[in-house]
Amino acid sequence: MSKVLKSLLVGTALTCASAASAVELEVTHWWTSGGEAAAVTKFAEAWNATGNTWLDGAIAGSGGTARPIIISRILGGDPMAATQLNHGRQSEELIEAGLMLDLTDVAEAGGWKNIVNPSSLLDSCTLDGKIYCVPVNIHSAQWLWLSHAAYEKAGVAVPADWNEFVASAPALEAAGVLPLAMGQQGWQQNLAFGAITIAVAGLDTWRDVTVNKNADTARGPEYAAVFEAVAAARELARGSNVQDWNQATGMVINGEAGAQLMGDWAQGEFSVAGQVEGTDYSCLPGLGLNEILDTGGDAFYFPVNDDPEITAAQKELAALLISPEVQVSFNLAKGSLPVRGDIDMAAANGCMQKGLAILADGGILPSGDMSLSADTQTQIEDLMAEFWAGDMAASDAQAAYADIIASAD
Amino acid sequence: MSLVDHRPAKTGYAKGKPNRLTRNLSSKIAALPMILTALVVFVGCTIWTIVYSFTDSRLLPRENFVGIEQYERLWGSSRWITSISNLMWYGVCSLVLTLVIGFTLAALLDRKIRFENTFRSIFLFPFALSFIVTGLVWQWILNPDYGVQGVVRSWGWESFNFDPLYNPDIVIFGILIAGIWQGSGLIMCIMLAGLRGIDEDIWKATRVDGIGTLKTYLVVIIPMMRPVFVTCLVLIAAGIIKLYDLVVAQTSGGPGLSSQVPAMYVYDYMFKAQNLGQGFAASTMMLLSVVIILIPYIYLQFKGKSRG
Repeated sequence: MSKVLKSLLVGTALTCASAASAVELEVTHWWTSGGEAAAVTKFAEAWNATGNTWLDGAIAGSGGTARPIIISRILGGDPMAATQLNHGRQSEELIEAGLMLDLTDVAEAGGWKNIVNPSSLLDSCTLDGKIYCVPVNIHSAQWLWLSHAAYEKAGVAVPADWNEFVASAPALEAAGVLPLAMGQQGWQQNLAFGAITIAVAGLDTWRDVTVNKNADTARGPEYAAVFEAVAAARELARGSNVQDWNQATGMVINGEAGAQLMGDWAQGEFSVAGQVEGTDYSCLPGLGLNEILDTGGDAFYFPVNDDPEITAAQKELAALLISPEVQVSFNLAKGSLPVRGDIDMAAANGCMQKGLAILADGGILPSGDMSLSADTQTQIEDLMAEFWAGDMAASDAQAAYADIIASAD
Repeated sequence: MSLVDHRPAKTGYAKGKPNRLTRNLSSKIAALPMILTALVVFVGCTIWTIVYSFTDSRLLPRENFVGIEQYERLWGSSRWITSISNLMWYGVCSLVLTLVIGFTLAALLDRKIRFENTFRSIFLFPFALSFIVTGLVWQWILNPDYGVQGVVRSWGWESFNFDPLYNPDIVIFGILIAGIWQGSGLIMCIMLAGLRGIDEDIWKATRVDGIGTLKTYLVVIIPMMRPVFVTCLVLIAAGIIKLYDLVVAQTSGGPGLSSQVPAMYVYDYMFKAQNLGQGFAASTMMLLSVVIILIPYIYLQFKGKSRG
């Protein structure tokens, strides 16, 4: 008995000793769906393995819910040690206000300039030549996910591009399958709009509107075709009453819906459900029409902290997140693409291989997050929410969209 | 009348009694912290918000004044117009229905029925629930697959249609149902207290004069309960302006933008869109609507006092 007690005491003493040297870092993120949670555990495991402690601060809900919480904590003087944000213009003002830790020395030591591919990821972490965030993955939004079970029910072949999908919709409806699953949230409808835009209007037109903010192009015939296509997709998604994106993905997994327009993070949900690419589901990057992917993604930012011990640990964590082993295990679990071009992703499945091939061919474009401010994004999301839920005419939506682009900053 | 009132006060002052400023000095000192808090926190922050609503502040406040640009954008936004029209529909319906239902329930309970305490508890109980819980409960009740529509259809009435939360045209009434369910119990209790305050002799007098019960309520009792009605009016109006959590829990503004309310606009633009100027402009408009409600209230209160 006393032996047990003694060993317990020794154990406690040891824990106390290690707690004194190890640093506990609170990390906030909004990765809460099945596949995402599995991926973030890989980070936590890698960090705990270094003898430090990962204090998980998951915030339920999408980025739209989590970002205000994260930003108000940083502004309110209660910063977490590290936080996920989508890189791009969301954190611009926080960096300008000096609230984010400068990671330039870590980046130089790790040679990030040479390993991060595409380099635009690092550029969007950079302000005035200094680096403020670690990109951890690449996410692209332009994917169409198709359910083989649904097409079997309808008795037609699985389509190979967006046009075939639209043509196959009546057969799906006849078999009692909803053609297109769509979560009723502005950002998902905006994502579908963006994916259809690139597929229908092509890269140059898209770039002229989103990057150059040319409102005349947005009023032109190319975008008229885009809005007609989105209006058609809206009719295919009528009766889709789910809210969250993973519920919509669930409908595709169960064969209740034929397809979903969603980013490559949907991949994680299919893996968790034990489905196999090619036999249970298919994926079409760029909707099978225009094989181009945007290179948005997640990055970790490290708010400035007074405690030098925490600052050192923050830099250690930054280097760890981009290290080869962690990049492989994390991205395999999440279904996203790694930010390093120099690692072996042979274990990746078919969809990720397709994405990697497109990435290697340079079929990339900057994500909307990088070109448009949060204010403009919210206005477009509002417009899309209104457009998808009601009976707004395509031409009215196009005019409203062009006005938003004209006033964008 | 006022002459009679003033004279003793004047003679008192001449005798060297403390003047108005130093009278009850200790209690005034004690109230000072609260007065300062009210001035700095409420008035100060309100003025700060109004001033910054004329700037182009984004994530952080900055003093770059742009005139009424934020207000022009606000009133040009279809989401804001929808929010205002929703609030109007909700406001008018909720005000009228809550008052009518609250008073009717109170009058029925006041008829000395049996189990009055039980009924009172039942009617008041929804008020004990938060708006979030109320919203979730009614989201389930109104869900077409599991709620009222599903139940009635399972009884065999296959064509029965009742899905207010999924129909953009009537979604605000789905929210209204929940709001009234939650709020009318409290109004009933206040009304009941008001009814109990009516002298029994009034009832005896009307009975002697042969006035019917319904007519007595309408022409005698309700006019006598004016202060109670004013209190209820202010309580309901405040609840309407701050309508937010009920909508978030029930529909989160959907389908589309059809159940948006001003408070959601303020939150989304201040924090999600990182556009403080726009959020401040919207909250200033909300303040304006509160002021519009408060002025008649102050007027009514003031008028009541001077007459009494």
